[in-house]
Amino acid sequence: MSNPNQGKSDVSPWGDRAFKGLTLMMALSVFVLIVLIGYELAHGSAKAMRLFGWHFLTSSDWDPVNEKFGAVPFIFGTLASSLIGLMIAVPLSIATAVYLTELAPLWIRQPLTIFIELLAAVPSVILGLWGIYVMVPWLRVHLFPFLQHTLGFLPFFQGPIYGPSVLAGGIIVAIMILPIITSVSREILRSVPGLQREAAYALGATRWEVTRIAVLSYAKKGLFGAVILGLGRALGETMAVTMVIGNSPQIAKSLFAPGYTLASVVANEFSEATTDTYLSALFEVGLVLLGVTVLVNALAQLLLKTFAGPGVKPQS
Amino acid sequence: MNKLVVSLIASAAVFGAQAQLINGAGSSFDYPAFTKWFEAYGAKDAAVHFNYQSIGSGGGQQQLLKETVDFGASDAPMTDENMAKAPGKILHIPVVAGGVTITYNLPGSPKLKLDSDVIANIYMGNIKNWNDAKIAALNPGVSLPDLAVVPVHRSDGSGTTFIFSDYLSAVNPAWQDTVGKGTAVKWPAGVGLGAKGSEGLAGQVKQLPGAIGYVELAYADKNQMAYADVKNAAGNFISPAPDSVSAALATAKIAADFRFSMVNAPGEKAYPIAGPSWVLVYQQQKNAENGKKLVAFLKWAVTDGQKLSPALDYAPLPEAIQQQELQLLDTIKY
Repeated sequence: MSNPNQGKSDVSPWGDRAFKGLTLMMALSVFVLIVLIGYELAHGSAKAMRLFGWHFLTSSDWDPVNEKFGAVPFIFGTLASSLIGLMIAVPLSIATAVYLTELAPLWIRQPLTIFIELLAAVPSVILGLWGIYVMVPWLRVHLFPFLQHTLGFLPFFQGPIYGPSVLAGGIIVAIMILPIITSVSREILRSVPGLQREAAYALGATRWEVTRIAVLSYAKKGLFGAVILGLGRALGETMAVTMVIGNSPQIAKSLFAPGYTLASVVANEFSEATTDTYLSALFEVGLVLLGVTVLVNALAQLLLKTFAGPGVKPQS
Repeated sequence: MNKLVVSLIASAAVFGAQAQLINGAGSSFDYPAFTKWFEAYGAKDAAVHFNYQSIGSGGGQQQLLKETVDFGASDAPMTDENMAKAPGKILHIPVVAGGVTITYNLPGSPKLKLDSDVIANIYMGNIKNWNDAKIAALNPGVSLPDLAVVPVHRSDGSGTTFIFSDYLSAVNPAWQDTVGKGTAVKWPAGVGLGAKGSEGLAGQVKQLPGAIGYVELAYADKNQMAYADVKNAAGNFISPAPDSVSAALATAKIAADFRFSMVNAPGEKAYPIAGPSWVLVYQQQKNAENGKKLVAFLKWAVTDGQKLSPALDYAPLPEAIQQQELQLLDTIKY
């Protein structure tokens, strides 16, 4: 008879149990926190839900004076700026991570890694002010006219150029999520076993082929996870986006037109909202943001299950 | 080390025993005035300490309704709906008044003259270019560029927006019907940009040629921003300044409960885009000690405290209003 606990019988099981219980409690606290946040938001938005019902999710009207509220332009702005942010940040981050783990000489790796982590430490409001005073004027004078000139046949790049716009918001989001996607991707790529690479080299693969076949395809599930983490941040990014997105609750085809995000409208209007209905509507915006985040994450997980094969997952 | 801890505890105990702590919350527009007053009042009554949280007018009203603070401060008067919800009668005590300037970014920063019709039509998207005939008619001799007008508004709820939209509602029926007044309003669709905070608005206006915005006088002065003279109800073009705001206050129609608006005041020298900011207190104070100290402070603030206002770009309250407020403060029971 083999006993898995043989030789350990003199050790009290309580230490292990307590440890397990403690970590379980910590893990559960995250869950409880999310549930409580959801509950509080739902509780706060009860009045708005009763007054507007589903109309809140289909109406584009945001009129605090007459107390009519609809969240569609904010949902659009949040998704649009996050999507633009991802489109810019993902290729940049993954390329950076590949360079750092596969190609860069050691003396470059360390300083570059530190710089990327420093970028994550820049406070949002500082980035926002930099956005107003440096980035947006540059975009208005250089990049936007160039885009309009070269890609102006697309509806996304037509219309008047003010500077603050959905595109500017997306670019700021990209800068803000770059560090997290890069850091996590780097960890993922580092966790790809060396044997994978050696096997590919043994088959006569070039460096690019090794990276593509042995590393990237092995790590794609994990990289996808890194992107999802970035997306989570992008959806909730508030201060910097508010500063440069123009804050107009409208849905325009042009990326040069101003937009508005869910997080921004809460940050902007919460402190001066005086009536119950108004406050309640802002709570519901928060609830919608939570809902959008959960939905987008679920969708991403589904995509991951459908398309990605086996491989390493992010541990974070 | 131990000695330090002991002395800290001892001093905390002394502090706790002697000082009367009065809590307030609300308007960020009032914050500089309160800071100055609390400091100056310390010389008069060292036994009272103030804690003011500048969390916005909405927050100030909510906190007062929940009775978590001794006084609230708000740039917009409380609505009847909120007044009815309160557990007791709430008094409005005007403590400061300030002007809102119309600032712009034009090459050469010419001094402009504007009237309510032009300002409203710019913000409604009807005037699209700086060389519009209506602007030119008000500014003979000024060469206006062929440049798109980009109206910038505050995207965060703010007392400044309340005063600005209150003004446009008072002078322009179309504005009143379609937009109305509030700390945040539904800006005409597709017109201009929203910027967060005074610093955000100032940033957008400074960076974007052709932009026009509105910002409180103190902020415009501190940041050397160009601002326009605005035509008042008497037909004169008036520059925003503490004096011209005081003139507006002196000639505005003051409601008995002080929930009044002072935009477009009839005085010859009155600047038309201005508003008061109120301290909100319960007429029946719960805590007698705090109530007594609070009333003493408010009496000082609306009289002697007003002398400190011009330096902070607020308009001092006229003598007549000070007297009315003292009478109102005398009705507070504790």
